[in-house]
Amino acid sequence: MAERRNIVLGAAAVAIVSLGMFGPLIGLKTEQNMANELVLLFRPWHMLAAIFGAVAIYVIVTSLKAANEGRVRAVAVKTEKSRFQKWLAPGGLGALFLYPLFIALFVGVSGIPKWVDNFGILILIYVMLGWGLNIVVGLAGLLDLGYVAFYAIGSYSYALLSLHFGWSFWICLPVAGILAALWGVILGFPVLRLRGDYLAIVTLAFGEIIYLIAKNWKNFTGGGAGISAPRITFFGIKFDASENGFAAWVSWVMTSISETFGGPAITLAHAPWYRTVFLYYIIVLLALLTAYVTLRLRRLPVGRAWEALREDEIACRSLGLNTTNTKLTAFACGAMFGGLAGAFFGARQGFVDPEGFKFIESAIILAIVVLGGMGSLIGVAMAAVAMQGGTEILRELGFLKQVFGDDFQPELYRMLIFGGAMVIIMLWKPRGFVSVRQPTAFLNERKAIGLENVKEGHG
Amino acid sequence: MASSEVLRVEHLTVRFGGLTAVDDLNFSAMHGDITGLIGPNGAGKTTVFNCITGFYKPTTGLLSMTHPSGRQFYLDRMADFKVASTAHVARTFQNIRLFSGMTALENLLVAQHNVLMRASGMSVWGVLGFPVYKHAEKRAAEKAAEWLDKIGLYDRADDPAGELPYGAQRRLEIARAMCTDPVILCLDEPAAGLNPKESAELNTLLRGIRDETKTSILLIEHDMSVVMQICDHVVVLEYGQKISDGTPAEVKADPRVIAAYLGVDDSEIESVASLIEEAIPGVKKS
Repeated sequence: MAERRNIVLGAAAVAIVSLGMFGPLIGLKTEQNMANELVLLFRPWHMLAAIFGAVAIYVIVTSLKAANEGRVRAVAVKTEKSRFQKWLAPGGLGALFLYPLFIALFVGVSGIPKWVDNFGILILIYVMLGWGLNIVVGLAGLLDLGYVAFYAIGSYSYALLSLHFGWSFWICLPVAGILAALWGVILGFPVLRLRGDYLAIVTLAFGEIIYLIAKNWKNFTGGGAGISAPRITFFGIKFDASENGFAAWVSWVMTSISETFGGPAITLAHAPWYRTVFLYYIIVLLALLTAYVTLRLRRLPVGRAWEALREDEIACRSLGLNTTNTKLTAFACGAMFGGLAGAFFGARQGFVDPEGFKFIESAIILAIVVLGGMGSLIGVAMAAVAMQGGTEILRELGFLKQVFGDDFQPELYRMLIFGGAMVIIMLWKPRGFVSVRQPTAFLNERKAIGLENVKEGHG
Repeated sequence: MASSEVLRVEHLTVRFGGLTAVDDLNFSAMHGDITGLIGPNGAGKTTVFNCITGFYKPTTGLLSMTHPSGRQFYLDRMADFKVASTAHVARTFQNIRLFSGMTALENLLVAQHNVLMRASGMSVWGVLGFPVYKHAEKRAAEKAAEWLDKIGLYDRADDPAGELPYGAQRRLEIARAMCTDPVILCLDEPAAGLNPKESAELNTLLRGIRDETKTSILLIEHDMSVVMQICDHVVVLEYGQKISDGTPAEVKADPRVIAAYLGVDDSEIESVASLIEEAIPGVKKS
């Protein structure tokens, strides 16, 4: 209560000060009338708006600060989930599955390429990549700057396997995951002895090596021109307007069902968004698989060993943990999910080229993990939405052209804005959006652990 | 009591470049005993510990361990984590090394990693949610709860280890080592930084461990009240060499030990120096 009174008093003080400031500056305006005389105009609404703005900024900043201080104090003793947390998972899942329907209903089918493809699928790919890297960086504490390499390996595995062997997406998907995991182990072996900065540099180099191979081994990967990967099919049925296409198949199924009950024939016209929605649900399921496996593994000895490794490697060895295997499994698991996401990416694009696997992608994925709060699935998902959704929103800011002129392209300022936003977020929340760790087991009550006790790992 | 040897250290020498940290050390520890390793700062006690627990490889020498079952292990030839996982040597650290961001319970569960890993079918059964693993985890949690109860931390099981008071952290580290089912428990200065009351509690805990679990204990300690009260056998090191070996009473009366710890009166220098020379050939009078 005292806090609220302080805020009201402070707001009043701000109002008085801004009245003094804005009164003469904004409230009064001089203008020449027809007779060339200077007249003083009083602008009460402008002045009130300015004062209101100042008071609003004050109130928002102070209450955010107060709420933040309160939260920091509450972290260590938090015992049960807030209502928000309790409804977050089921609510989020429901929203995820109903999202295309919402878009179709409220924006219309024409909005699907933009809202489901650009926003939905792209963001979910980054959510999945973030969750995959979270295993390596967030749980095991091994700094990996070349994660995009596994994403590339997954993509190229899909493109090359389907090109040379004609394998379908559903066979290529697990194979791509396994190949990426294998490369995770291959990368893991030489870097096992390295820690911290040295580990980061070697993984960075690995990412570059994969990129350069993709770019320069023209006979194998198609070089800079890339290679086409077959577009995704509905379990073998193509999404096209042909007689054997998806629309025709659905029409046939619906008609046969309808006819058994004596109904009329139903025909469905081909539309390109069927594939988009199908892809959307695949990436939803892949991302959920990543989350499920991560949550499961955290509660298993191997997951606890990863976190213990992040906390203290020497203590791990004194307890008989094989730290080599523990690190390798972390690398392999993280790489596998990167590979799965990569195979999906190939199937979505219908085309794979090296430009999608530059270092900047690794940096963005790492930024997502760090921004989200290392180890937290919800935090990482939030950060992916903020980072990737933010990029897409920049493309939508066409009205800024009216302010800055027609040459202005807001998406070009993406990195500038990201940089600024990251600095601000890291000042405000140095350990990421979700800065608590949920314990994997409890005897009496589940208490979230403030990250001030949790180590970041040192390679 | 003194039934059989559990650990034998023979001709152990460790050199770091030109520095000889441990010089031709021989001693043995009996099964079910608390063996104390004492000596002034820099005497090489922690180096001996690091060799026994596999963190250092000795320059020369043999470290053999005999389990009560009769199985023999040569600790100097094993990888560090195998010393803990197969030879069952557990240790604590001079500067506490708990997993500070994990709860006390989780710390004790990580210690049972190898048992749980087998039960979870190298994680395969565990990911699929088979009951085999659930049972194993329940047993592991019960064992952890039992130890938390023993060290008086049951109520704080769900607090992060880093938030526990210092004395509690020391006890938790011992409990964590005990959760690996060790044959030898190596404690590196367990009483460092404890107040007299906590120190007395530690004595009770260690005696309990020896008497109830039949675990042999090897401990480095500076706190003489701990050493004299609970050790069955004491080995004294100075400059990497053994200067005395025996029961606490014998060691306490040994003039070389007194000289090493306290220095001696001017009038006694001659006699003590000759004793030292006798014991350690090659040491020069100063």
